[in-house]
Amino acid sequence: MSIAISSSPPTRVIKPFWPPLAAGLALGLVLLLTFVLTGHGLGATGASTRATAWLGLTLAPVATQANAYFGPMVEGGNPLNSWITWQVIGVAIGAFVAAFLAGRFRLQFDGSRSIGTPRRLTTALLGGLLAGFGARVAAGCTSGLGLSGAATLGIAAFVFLATFFAVGLIASRMVRGV
Amino acid sequence: MFPFSDAGIISGLICGFLFGYVLENAGFGSPAKLTAQFKLSDWSVFKVMFTAIVVAAGGLYLLRVVGLMPADAVFVPTSLLMAAAIGGALIGAGFAVGGYCPGTSVVGMFSGRMDAMVFIIGLMLGTFVFAGLYGPAIETVMALAEIQGGDTFTDAWGIPELVLLAIMGAALVAIFYFGGRLERASKGPVTAEEAVAGAGDRPPV
Repeated sequence: MSIAISSSPPTRVIKPFWPPLAAGLALGLVLLLTFVLTGHGLGATGASTRATAWLGLTLAPVATQANAYFGPMVEGGNPLNSWITWQVIGVAIGAFVAAFLAGRFRLQFDGSRSIGTPRRLTTALLGGLLAGFGARVAAGCTSGLGLSGAATLGIAAFVFLATFFAVGLIASRMVRGV
Repeated sequence: MFPFSDAGIISGLICGFLFGYVLENAGFGSPAKLTAQFKLSDWSVFKVMFTAIVVAAGGLYLLRVVGLMPADAVFVPTSLLMAAAIGGALIGAGFAVGGYCPGTSVVGMFSGRMDAMVFIIGLMLGTFVFAGLYGPAIETVMALAEIQGGDTFTDAWGIPELVLLAIMGAALVAIFYFGGRLERASKGPVTAEEAVAGAGDRPPV
């Protein structure tokens, strides 16, 4: 018997991230493919907004149908039934496969080690709240408006990216989020 | 003739799968790596994003000039500049505080990060708050500063697409050059090992 018994966990092989230029080229081609297949770009909050409307419809159907924002969205039946929902499910699968194959999947509460779990819980929730509200004001997020909009040379996309970066730069100096 | 205007499940899953696969491989499931962009020590977010924008914009331009894609064939966001500016500011703040943007929070959650799931709950809460407050006041603010002439720089102000592509290409080179210098002057890009270990103190330069 020569089974080595070690107290340390097995060494996992963590593959490095792709170089930014390679990742950027790949992302650009995926975005171009999306435009060719669908006529629009990639997104994210289209799905979370629909999921929120669906949740509202499930918990409080009358109030959701009467709501000025959700009402029109839930008129045509299940709001989850749309391309963007499937696209975000695809993102989840793609991210899982990539992380798993590269040895980078690890269950964790990222930020606990740096700022503690209670504080990280607060920053994650607050950050999500700000982004969720902001994405409804702009009718898009970093993916849908910033990335996809800029590829179509849309003016709004560049205005979005400018304030996104400026405020992010300032806020990251005022608050330690992770 | 492109685009196919496919709105089906398969194209959604394929485009999404590739999107998530690339984002995770770029390191964008890690809030430590994502927020390092705002600390100016890791320029991956801008390098990847602007490379992708230039590739996709150049590709769309080429498809149009060779006649494979008619003009106005793809969706362009409406030039509601006040809405874009406020939304950008709030999402920038949310990114700095929460560690993700909406798309990358999905990547974070499916690379095992439970804090990303909390961020997504926050996203939905923010959406509820918006829907609760939605009415004439918000609509008025969101309609401010709309460019009437058009939604793109070309339609609104007649700037040729090739000029715009050249400016974006030059900006991309500048991002790689100056970003690289700032990375070398600081702790540098967050590595995969550091990202998997989770945000925390990084060894000094």
